[in-house]
Amino acid sequence: MSTETAVSVTAAPSKAIEFLKRPLVVALILIMALLALGEALSPGFASAEQILRLLVVASVMGIVAAGQNLVIIGGREGIDLSVGGIVSLAAILAGNVMNGADSGILPAILVAVSVGALFGLFNGLGITLLRIPPLVMTLGMLGVLQGLLVVIRNGIPSGRAAPALSQFVTQPFIFGLPGIIWLWIAIGLFMAFLLKRTVFGYRIYAIGSNEQAAFMAGVPVKTIRVGLFVLSGAFAALAGVCLLGYSGSSFSNVGEQYMLPSIIAVVLGGTPLAGGKGGYTGTMAGAVLLVILQSILTTVHIDESGRQMVFGATLLLLMLFYGRGRAMRG
Amino acid sequence: MQQTLTSPAANASPLKSVLQRFPFVPALIILIALVALNGFFQPRSLSFGSITGLFSTYLALMLLAVAQTYVVFSGDIDLSVGSIVSLVNVVIIVLMEKWGGGGLTVIAACLVGILTGLACGVANGIMIAGLRLQAIVATFATSIFFTGLALYVLPVAGTPAPEAYWMTYGGTYFGIPFVFYVVAAVAIVLGVLARMRLTTQMLAVGDDAMAAFQTGLPVTLIRIKGYVLCGLFSALAALCITGDTASGDPLVGGKMTLYSVAAVVLGGSALSGGAGTVTGSLIGALIIGLINSLVFFVGTPSEWQNLVQGLAILVALMAGILVSRGARA
Repeated sequence: MSTETAVSVTAAPSKAIEFLKRPLVVALILIMALLALGEALSPGFASAEQILRLLVVASVMGIVAAGQNLVIIGGREGIDLSVGGIVSLAAILAGNVMNGADSGILPAILVAVSVGALFGLFNGLGITLLRIPPLVMTLGMLGVLQGLLVVIRNGIPSGRAAPALSQFVTQPFIFGLPGIIWLWIAIGLFMAFLLKRTVFGYRIYAIGSNEQAAFMAGVPVKTIRVGLFVLSGAFAALAGVCLLGYSGSSFSNVGEQYMLPSIIAVVLGGTPLAGGKGGYTGTMAGAVLLVILQSILTTVHIDESGRQMVFGATLLLLMLFYGRGRAMRG
Repeated sequence: MQQTLTSPAANASPLKSVLQRFPFVPALIILIALVALNGFFQPRSLSFGSITGLFSTYLALMLLAVAQTYVVFSGDIDLSVGSIVSLVNVVIIVLMEKWGGGGLTVIAACLVGILTGLACGVANGIMIAGLRLQAIVATFATSIFFTGLALYVLPVAGTPAPEAYWMTYGGTYFGIPFVFYVVAAVAIVLGVLARMRLTTQMLAVGDDAMAAFQTGLPVTLIRIKGYVLCGLFSALAALCITGDTASGDPLVGGKMTLYSVAAVVLGGSALSGGAGTVTGSLIGALIIGLINSLVFFVGTPSEWQNLVQGLAILVALMAGILVSRGARA
């Protein structure tokens, strides 16, 4: 699984050091260290049930980051700022469609994911046909989504999660793991398969590393890029449905907290924002790392101000480990 | 105020060469159309008082758009500008309260505020240009840090600004509202900056960093200077927003960051760097302000206002990019 981040440009001083420099390995080591630190600060932090709870939170972040990851690998400054709005919208729509009834779960997922994919399609079409930079297109779309949320919230009640959905997200499902963790593992396998074993996956890397060359080689660049944004919208919507199951009912702008952190998770996972490289395994580790870090900061008794300062400073420190650009030499 | 590097080609069509020299012309047309529409739906919006009100509300966003422009020139981005605004806002509010709120203490507090903004800019510059972190994620991390600092300085919103401060900002001197003196002073500073070598150097770095490096430009230092200018103008934006809201709020700037990026794009600057004008960004910020007031004046039901604003800004962004690319191609 760790082969996907093995692309290294250094001259390989020694195999051990190179192994330790892999983003996935760095992230895993940091996760262990943070768990140990958390346990030292407040005994019980690294208990099995606590770790499960962290993984549930991380899986929502990880599902948003899956779409973000695809868009970023696809290059051309690929980034999706609209995911925060789509998560919120999907949570509200799904809550209203199911409205507390188990029979409504499937239609709710269908509606939410289709709407998410539809907004992804708008993003993708604007970015490919009109050639609007992704940052601008998805930023503008975020504004539209936030406006749409206001309209929807005033018009219809916020909706409730069906019991089965809440159970799926929060209660043990198979082998003591909640269903959402199994869903996340399945998405992880799907992403690995998609990126490493399908023509579509190879083409994502191709357009991400050199769009011109990919186009010359006959890759349908535009179709693929639209597909990436559609997938990003769909993943964000799926995360929104899971979030609804986690919190029971949707409240205003629940998704906003996922917008930039989903990008951070990708970067901490070793996928550079320049695109063409990276994979999802690292991103999963990045999402877990982010969630553990946030959780430690809520465990220790410091003010909100101190918590934010430590969080910001730690993120900067983590980025110094990886994701740095190359120095300019003449 | 020509700030693009590419000189207009001799054989280009006249329209194209105008757009190349003045990339903010499409934005200016949108602005004029919006002013006309505002006047049509609410004639009083063209009165002197309304325009003064527009400026005193949106001067902060205009300055923040300017701040963002200087990093965009060299191909960078700063997602921490809003949090710098919040930090400077609470710093000056707390200092003015501590020092008694008299005339001199207000000025001293403002100076400390500006120094705070500069320090934030230096920190961002070192992180991104010096340590080569990716600008989007690194400035997001610094924005979390700055927000934390702001919450440390003033945990809850509400401390009022001393009367001397907001009375001055909202006051009228020799028949001219104070904000217009600020606008004039800012215009002079921006005019000088536009003629300085630094502006050309930042655009050169944004156009092709490697080429700039190979011609001997100190690329890292130039990018850091861009972030320092960004911090400076973010601090000035904070001074304006404090004059407008007359209180301290550790989260006041949070929502402004993305608007500042939108304003830069609306103004015809390329986010990829190398081409852009500060004038355009000022117009872009005014466009956002006028869209907001127009949506209100045409009688949009309140719950639909955000959606209509969002759609209008999206359409304006797309139109602006299509036109300015047509000019550059």
